[in-house]
Amino acid sequence: MLGLSMARLFASAAASPTIKVEVLPYKVHRIEAPSNVVETNVEELMGFYKLMYKMRRMEIAADMMYKAKFIRGFCHLYDGQEAVLTGIEAAITLKDSIITSYRDHCQHVSRGGSIVSLMAELMGKQEGATKGLGGSMHIYNRKNNFYGGNGIVGAQIPLGAGIALAHKYKGEPNVCITMYGDGAANQGQKYEALNMAGLWNLPAIFVCENNHYGMGTAEWRAAKSPNFYTRGDYIPGIKVDGMDVLAVKNAVAFAKAHALANGPIVMEMDTYRYHGHSMSDPGSTYRTRDEINAMRTERDPIERVKKLLLTNGVDAADLKKIDKEVKKEVDDAVEQAKLGKIPPLAWLWRNMYMAPLGAGMRGVLPDEYHVPAFDPSYKS
Amino acid sequence: MLASRNTRASGARVAAAPAQRAILAARSGRRASVAAQAQKKEIMMWEALREAIDEEMERDPTVCVMGEDVGHYGGSYKCTLGLYKKYGDMRVLDTPICENGFMGMGVGAAMTGLRPIVEGMNMGFLLLAFNQISNNCGMLHYTSGGQFKTPLVIRGPGGVGRQLGAEHSQRLESYFQSIPGVQLVACSTVKNSKALLKAAIRSDNPIIFFEHVLLYNVKGEAGDKDDVACLERAEVVREGTDVVIFTYSRMRYVVMQAVNELVKQGYNPEVVDLISLKPFDMETIAKSVKKTRKVIIVEECMKTGGIGASLSAVIHESLFNELDHEVVRLSSQDVPTAYAYELEAATIVQSSQVVDAVHRIVGATAPVRA
Repeated sequence: MLGLSMARLFASAAASPTIKVEVLPYKVHRIEAPSNVVETNVEELMGFYKLMYKMRRMEIAADMMYKAKFIRGFCHLYDGQEAVLTGIEAAITLKDSIITSYRDHCQHVSRGGSIVSLMAELMGKQEGATKGLGGSMHIYNRKNNFYGGNGIVGAQIPLGAGIALAHKYKGEPNVCITMYGDGAANQGQKYEALNMAGLWNLPAIFVCENNHYGMGTAEWRAAKSPNFYTRGDYIPGIKVDGMDVLAVKNAVAFAKAHALANGPIVMEMDTYRYHGHSMSDPGSTYRTRDEINAMRTERDPIERVKKLLLTNGVDAADLKKIDKEVKKEVDDAVEQAKLGKIPPLAWLWRNMYMAPLGAGMRGVLPDEYHVPAFDPSYKS
Repeated sequence: MLASRNTRASGARVAAAPAQRAILAARSGRRASVAAQAQKKEIMMWEALREAIDEEMERDPTVCVMGEDVGHYGGSYKCTLGLYKKYGDMRVLDTPICENGFMGMGVGAAMTGLRPIVEGMNMGFLLLAFNQISNNCGMLHYTSGGQFKTPLVIRGPGGVGRQLGAEHSQRLESYFQSIPGVQLVACSTVKNSKALLKAAIRSDNPIIFFEHVLLYNVKGEAGDKDDVACLERAEVVREGTDVVIFTYSRMRYVVMQAVNELVKQGYNPEVVDLISLKPFDMETIAKSVKKTRKVIIVEECMKTGGIGASLSAVIHESLFNELDHEVVRLSSQDVPTAYAYELEAATIVQSSQVVDAVHRIVGATAPVRA
């Protein structure tokens, strides 16, 4: 019931006629399932299509840039999982908080960051989202409550509980969406965080993006119970078809209302990543190409929205136009990022600490000292 | 963890070891003169720390405390005694036993603008939270390109106690010193503990604040609510000329006990309490090194990889020509701290060893003075 009324709020914002879509029924644990009939309209679906296609092209561009050696180190791509993030963002506001692990490129953009700043960060330029100091795994956007971007999987889960604690401490009507994968779901600190969130009824939504592989290990080989939505035990859980943006949006809206009223909830998003774990993983040694292709043809999130739009009167040519615009936006951003500047050496020691200590730092060689110039504007 | 609760339950250190009794005896003269002065009250270090936390929580509503048994139990060393009644359960938060979890929670809360004081019941337990302290706390300001600050204070007792066993006698400053982005501060007296903790809470940097299990009942005067120390300044405990002894935390008392003996023998050592373990106060340190030209470091860290090892390297590398003698460093032995009283005493530095070190570096007899 809650899900339906929340969805109606979104639909009523636009003028186009309501479309009712039946999504895969939710599997639930210790809670009553929301209705699986989701209301939407063409305008909203167009927004989803555009954002998801943007994410898709962005990640493909990152793939090409990595192979061309403009991007180095670790690079974890999100293509295939776009519906999860798009659905989440549709159900919350920028005043709610999101934290995730290293598969974080799309969160930057969905939280209002520019594609240029993302690409620049991946290429290690000073115009990057974290000034070239963080890299692929450390993208943050404080202004719009995106808390990163964490390299050690699972460590973001207690952080997310802390952000939810702060929302409650300050009396804010906001939730913290803490995202992690099926691999990280086996971390002890997740259960520590669940326990505390449950004890104090924190407005925390724990989202397990189950793409079925923790790097090269299939979920059934790593988890005694792969029913991640039940593993919060006393914390209610809900399993969602993560390849369907409408299913996700509806469920997250339901979860937000629950979290604000009652406390934490676990969500399992059944999703899939087309790429390997990262760019160093071909992604085919532990799964078959048939499986990947089957996902693409049967469950691709963008194709699903496209089909909905076409059956609801949108012209295929309009969609092609959007495709072209988005592709151009991404390509332009990549080119602009390539022209960016390398961060100056002095940034190595700038603002190691928040406040100046009046302390110098020793360099590599003896007699080398660096007095970091404290720059109070170095924060957002 | 049960061990530390028992030590608190036994109350003040009635059965003090010989070394500590000697310290108290040595200070009785000073205490008499203090009593003769103005009516400033003498309190114990745990009370001073509690005052600091209370005053800062009253001053700033974003300051909060989280840790095991900090609330209803009152803190295993009483540093938060009764505060939950004044500020409520959310601001003095009793956490379950999950250091990794609640340290991460503290960091997450700090990222949003709160100023948590996260207590490790014993510093050694924070090894479980190392990832959160290193990656998500220390490095965050840097890797986020300056977007986030983590104004956390991570505090708790560490060091070798009274037969607490190997796992409850650790010196975490050894491990934490390499983390880029954190500040390490060690308090030692009632006065500096309160003033430094207040400064640490007000600082926007993540501060790891080292207290010592055996110093909570040390008595002294504390400053008032505006007494806020500088976190990066060392304290010159005693001015001297023959040699400078750098030390910190409980070893300060071991050194002063040795100094009392040395003064009787005619020596004139300078004693500097480092206070700021990272970064070192090189201004004060260099001044003392240049004045005395002989350096002894007395630390409770083990010989390998401790604060003293770093300080020794810094002094040799940057002040080599100011030295008449290589730095003599007294550290604990590279062994797990034994339970038996005598073996535990042999693990750490004793005051007689400090006296011997001064004899070795200055000379078997005190220098003749004009």
